[in-house]
Parts: sequence; C-alpha cells; structure tokens
Amino acid sequence: MRKWFERILIGVVVAYVLALIVAPIVALIFGAFGEGLGLVFQSLSRPDVLESFVRTLWIGLLVVAIHLVFGTAVSWVIVRQRFPGRSLLNALIDMPFAVSPVVVGYMLLLLFGRNGLLAPLLEALNFRVAFAMPGMILATLFVTLPFMVRELVPVLENFNIQQEKAAATLGANGWQIFWRVTLPALRWGFIYGITLTFARALGEFGAILVIGGGIQGRTETATLYIYRALDEREYTGAYSAALVLGLVSFLLVMGTDFLRRKKKIEGETIT
Amino acid sequence: MTTILLRDRSQKKAKKAPLPWGGWSIRTAALSYLAIMLLIPLAVIFHDGLREGVGVLWTQVSRPAAWHALKLTLWTSLIMTLINTIMGLLTAFVLVRYRFPGKAILNGLVDLPLAIPTLVTGVMLVVLFGPQQALGAWLKDELGLSIIFAPPGIILALLFITFPFVVRAVQPVLINLDRDQERAAATLGASGWTIFWRIILPPLLLPLASGAILSFARAIGEFGAIVIVAGNIPLYSQTAAVYVLGEVESENRLGASAISLVMVSVAFGLMLVVDYLQKRASKTK
Repeated sequence: MRKWFERILIGVVVAYVLALIVAPIVALIFGAFGEGLGLVFQSLSRPDVLESFVRTLWIGLLVVAIHLVFGTAVSWVIVRQRFPGRSLLNALIDMPFAVSPVVVGYMLLLLFGRNGLLAPLLEALNFRVAFAMPGMILATLFVTLPFMVRELVPVLENFNIQQEKAAATLGANGWQIFWRVTLPALRWGFIYGITLTFARALGEFGAILVIGGGIQGRTETATLYIYRALDEREYTGAYSAALVLGLVSFLLVMGTDFLRRKKKIEGETIT
Repeated sequence: MTTILLRDRSQKKAKKAPLPWGGWSIRTAALSYLAIMLLIPLAVIFHDGLREGVGVLWTQVSRPAAWHALKLTLWTSLIMTLINTIMGLLTAFVLVRYRFPGKAILNGLVDLPLAIPTLVTGVMLVVLFGPQQALGAWLKDELGLSIIFAPPGIILALLFITFPFVVRAVQPVLINLDRDQERAAATLGASGWTIFWRIILPPLLLPLASGAILSFARAIGEFGAIVIVAGNIPLYSQTAAVYVLGEVESENRLGASAISLVMVSVAFGLMLVVDYLQKRASKTK
C-alpha cells in the first residue's frame, strides 16, 4: 500500500516535469532542425544575426565587469557595515527580480528619452543613451543587479575574519590581505555570481526592447533578433537562434553548478 | 544559484573589519551606485505616475484595456501560484524522501528554468503548442483548447519560469526536518494523512509561503515569454507588461506611467513580504 502510494507520487512529479520542462525543450530542438542542419547554419551565419550575437556578448561582458566592481563593494558594505536603512537596502537589492523588464526600460526612457528628465543635459553633452548601447547596458545592469550581491553576501558572511586578522598580525598590508586572503576565499561566490550575471544578461529582452528599440544593425541583440525573426515568420532563424541562446545559458549555469558539486565531493570546503 | 532565493540569514552579527580599508569610501561608492542604479529609476516611476494627480492615475488604470490587462495578469498569476505551490511541495517531498532511478537528473532539471532566457521559453512553448504544430492542432480540434495566444499559454509559461522557486524554498527545510516526531506519531497510531497535516506541513508553511509569493511577484512582471506565447490581443490575452509596452510605443505617457506605477508598487510590497517571511524563518530555525 505505502509502496504504491510512493510510486504514484514519483510518477506524478516525473510526468509533471517531463510535460512542463522537458517537452518544450525537445520541441525547440526538433523545431530548429526540422528543416535540416544546413538551413540552421545558413540562418545563423547571416551577418545581421552574427552582429546581434556579438552585440549581446559585449553587453554581457561589460555588465559583468561593472557588477564585479560595484557588486563586490555592495556585498562588502551589507555584510561588514552597520548603518540606518541597511535592512531596507537589503530588501531593495531584490527588487529587480520582481520589477517587470518593460517597466525597467520605461524608467530609463523617462530619464534618458527624448522628453526625459535628463534630456537637456544629454543634449548639451551630445551623448545618446536611449536607442543606443549605453541605455541597453544600463537596462541590463538594473536587471542583473541582485545576482552578484546574492552570491557574494553568503560567502562573505561565512568567511572567517580571523584569517584577515592573522595576516595583518603577520605584517600584510590591506591590499595584500585582500588579494591573498579574502579574494581566494570568495572564489566560488565570484565564479557563480559572474556566470549568473552573464547568463541573465544574455537573455535580457523586455528592458532592452523598450530602451534600445531593436533597430536593426544598431541596437538589435540576439533576443531582439529572435523577436523580429518570429514577426517576419523566419521560423528556422528564430528557432535556431533561440536554441543557441538557450544552450549557451544552459551550459554556463549547469557547467558551473557541476564544477561546484564536483569540488564539494572532492572535499574542498566551499566558502 | 538558489542562494539568491534562499539567503542564509543565520550569521547576522556584524563582523568588524580590523583593517583600514577605507570603509567609508567603499560604502559611499556602493551606496551611490545603488542610488543611481535602483532608487532614482524607481523614484522616477512614482514621480511620473503621480505627476497629474491620483484622479488621472485612476482614469488611466480604469480604462477597459488597462483594467482587463491588470485583471488577466492577476488571475493567471494566481492560478500559476496555486499549481506551483502544490506541485513544488510535491516535487520537493519526492526529491527529499524517496529514492528512485533518475533522481539526480530530476533534481538538476528543477534549476533549468533559471538558466533559460524567458524569451526562449516562449519560443519553446510556441513550437510545442502553436496552432500550426501537431500537438497544438490536435488540442484545438479534439478538445477545442487554444493554448497559444490565449490565457492557458500564459499560465504554462509562468509555471515553467517559476518552477524552481517553491521547490528550492521547501527542499532545505524538508531535509532538516526531524523524522523522530513522525515516527513517534506513527507509533501512537496516527495515519499517514494526520502525520502529513499535523507534523510535516506546519514547519514547511513559512518557506512555502515565501516561495509562492516570490513566484507570484516574478509572474506579475513577466514579459519575454508572455509576449511570444500570448501575443498582444487587447481585452483577451494582453497582460499588464505587454499593455505598458503598447502604451510606450504609442507614446501615451500617462497610461504607461500609471500601469507601471501599479506594477512597481505591487512588486515592492510583495518583496517586502518575502523579506519579512525569510527573516522570520531564520529566527525560528
């Protein structure tokens, strides 16, 4: 009786995951290759498609670099310092999870758009943010803000401050301590933060659509290309690009997850 | 990746850095970064939404297409949250308590939606259920059920995207549950159901609630998957986020700001609740 109950529960869960998660993925793979492998490569090697992927890559790399610096600073402040409003700040960090990407793009448009609050200043400086790369980078920065911080805060909290003290006692200066003691201990937090930020940046769509406008040849990223291709009924192009984008994010996130688990099994303490 | 959702609040005491790192300069840099990146954009929405007064805000929100979009967003998200809470709890339970072949793969599949861009999720669902596809056509002809460009597609997309939230919130608590209480209850003659309701479920309620609210908050703002799956049919399958996009494109600033303000307020309120629940959960630990 109990054994049957157990089998039914397992069956229900497996069926649910197969139908909800696995079936759509398999469908996309078949959809992309349905017209043959040649057509997939042909549609992916078109100059406008390649260009949109390169643009996505640049945005991702820049966003990771900026968050690497400021995300570390924010995590450090949250863990090590006490000041009024700190706990509200801690809740605010998660806001980008819940704010709609369209609204994120619209916020930036209200600030940097043609009639935006900062329009006179931008005009004086002759600097374009909306419908240009700077705006798209800002949008992606907003959307990916929590990832680095949420990965670094727990490792920073578990980091044993005695190690830093010991290094200081032994005569190391502030920078030496940071490079030799603190940074290596936080390694996995950084690796995971970087991967998640990058993967999320590659997939950003709504915010970039609103602030960038998806102008072909100028502000079109990989996701915006997929959107346009669907609109123009170029299904093989859309499906192939979606497959590549999904696969890259999948390999990034799952690969790091796999590495981390392997390290854990090997017995290295994960800090 | 789950640390994002399940922060460890166990070590709360401040650790003073003994080193003269220029704590002040780092704090100033970090706080100004957050102010520029987070607070100013959010404040601009409030400023612009309320600029013409609450009356105008209400007129914009109560326009039929806007009101319908908000209601559709709300009810599809609620149905998703209900299904996700039950299936998430069940999945976590099966993953923690039972052994079966393929368990590690199933556990890995739970995180998959976090790794896939939501636009790609939308494309996947269209390929599977689109009206020109085999399965989509069969469902439509045999059951009269439209999924793509209709509300069921919205719910499916939201279920896909939010699947990890409840599972990963419940799983760690379920692992740490003391099995002795269950054994004691069984010895005293309690049935399987009684044990589940009286002993297993109560400590899971807090993580279950924060996982559910997190899914709901995430669903309210979802755009990438929905715009592909549901299209943009006003008064039928147009959600709040898609409505805002339409208002931005037609340069109706009042409408866009009003609905954005409503969405940001809901998101902010829900995130504060999640934050409170997680703080309480770490206190009762």
